[in-house]
Amino acid sequence: MENKNITLEVNGCVMQTESTKKYENRSKWSTPNPKHIKAFIPGTTQEVNVKAGDSLKKGDVMFKLIAMKMENLVVMPFDGVIKSVNVTNGSVLAKNFVMIEIE
Amino acid sequence: MTLDDKVKQLKEKEIAVKLGGGEKAIEKQNAMGKMTARQRIDMLLDEGSFLETDLFIEHSAKDFGMESRVLHGDGVVTGTGTINGSVVCVFAQDFTVFGGSLGLSHARKITKIMDVALKMRVPMIGINDSGGARVQEGVGALAGYGEIFLRNTHASGVIPQISVILGPCAGGAVYSPALTDFVFVVEKISKMFITGPKIIESVLGEKISPEELGGARVHAETTGNAHFYAQNEKECFDQIKELISLIPANNEQLAETVEAREADTTTPITDIVPVDATKPYDIKDVIKSIADGGEFFEVMELFAKNIVIGFGRMDGNTVGFVANQPKVLAGVLDCDSSDKAARFIRYCDAFNIPLVTLEDMPGYLPGVDQEHAGVIRHGAKMLYAYCEATVPKITVILRKAYGGGYIAMNSRHMGGDFVFAWPTAEIAVMGPEGAANLIFAKDIAAAAPEEQEAVRQEKINEYKEKFANPFVAAGKGYVDAVIDPAKTRTCIIQALKVAENKYEERPPKKHGIAPF
Repeated sequence: MENKNITLEVNGCVMQTESTKKYENRSKWSTPNPKHIKAFIPGTTQEVNVKAGDSLKKGDVMFKLIAMKMENLVVMPFDGVIKSVNVTNGSVLAKNFVMIEIE
Repeated sequence: MTLDDKVKQLKEKEIAVKLGGGEKAIEKQNAMGKMTARQRIDMLLDEGSFLETDLFIEHSAKDFGMESRVLHGDGVVTGTGTINGSVVCVFAQDFTVFGGSLGLSHARKITKIMDVALKMRVPMIGINDSGGARVQEGVGALAGYGEIFLRNTHASGVIPQISVILGPCAGGAVYSPALTDFVFVVEKISKMFITGPKIIESVLGEKISPEELGGARVHAETTGNAHFYAQNEKECFDQIKELISLIPANNEQLAETVEAREADTTTPITDIVPVDATKPYDIKDVIKSIADGGEFFEVMELFAKNIVIGFGRMDGNTVGFVANQPKVLAGVLDCDSSDKAARFIRYCDAFNIPLVTLEDMPGYLPGVDQEHAGVIRHGAKMLYAYCEATVPKITVILRKAYGGGYIAMNSRHMGGDFVFAWPTAEIAVMGPEGAANLIFAKDIAAAAPEEQEAVRQEKINEYKEKFANPFVAAGKGYVDAVIDPAKTRTCIIQALKVAENKYEERPPKKHGIAPF
């Protein structure tokens, strides 16, 4: 049997039942960190002009994320100092990759 | 030239064209474990029934050297035939001819046979095995897909449309199958995706095989794109034949009535279902114990297994079963199971197939992932489908019918024609434990710490006694009859008999705004 047995509580009823692959692989919720700038679309970075320690203003362009034949600008969401830059020119990124961390 | 000479000429021409991409290409196709378009049609249709149309169609592309290329039948075989005597229209893409690629003439052959199917009100079966759009024809190929989609949509709900994926089916090509009623896939042969592994790797650096990305198992189990999964082409064609035998040829007919047979009572229904509502069992055993011959033809067996859907017969007539599966995820409703059931309910309604709902579920699956995945809008699809349906709708509540799920599972409030409940049914706003904790929170908290558990148990029992039964709902007329479980099959058949001439009007409208 590929599916494991679990106990599930629904509407105050506790039941023994089999699980499914999808249920086991469901993404667990975690509160998003506003100081992490994540890739909102899979793509390739270009013109990365920021480094750790840079002090930037809200709206400053940090680099471009090329995806679906479009140049998307990645901008600073609020005034702050860059803690780390996790991309270089030409990095190929999956969705939700943490590109920039802000202090 | 005599007539005999002319006929001889015709036969020679036919033989050449029917060879498709030639003997080498056929060998290559067979070596891949795949049959050719013509072999497939022969296997699917009754022997000698295939009447081929448009054998001599040619393409008219002029660019990129296409003007000098001869593509036999333009890469697709079309025609009509019968399956166990029932007329169907069929097309089969021929991968041996230029990779079964779709150009405008190829598409127009398909749309022509689709038009025939719609006009003659017979099922349309499409066998897909194509490398995709014929790039040399440019936008003409795209036009071809669009013309197919238009017909798929117009024919939807009028004639059954079946897609068989027996090879690659990528990019724009995937949407015709997705618009049809039933998609059949075969292990190791079917591949469906919008964006293939090569592009995904070049854009994302994610390496994945075609099989892992969009193979048969993936679509049968994970995406829910496929309705039927088979190990080989022969098994797949047998599934199609069985499906055709169970459904009507069009929306103005009823499925064929066959001789009624007894259900499978090897295990009495009362031995299948544990009285304790927290204990699991396989709902399919219940279906087999009430369906003619113990036969159940399941649809989407591997996807969202917490709900079971499929066809069977009762007293010789086709019915559609929708049943919670306590064995998997406690039979909860969630995004996928609601979506799965909703589409099936609409299918049955469109084709005059009565619905039999077997209910045993605790409610909707809790979780952030479910809420954020849109369990509200997916769940609404099932409510919409049940409320909208005008075919006979029978519900049997076996055990748990809690909360919103109780309303959703074809309750009388939403237009269910007959609702039966077993004496073991618990029709309530929630489970006894949860309800007692909520209603009697103060009483439980007021007790001494060492007595709290005893008080809780007492309150749970009190609630169980009062509400965890079918009689409160029966007392209000929400349940038509509380029945002996052993009489389940008889009661359903009687109800279906009463509903045979059911007629229900809906306000005139262009169409509803179903929440999909």
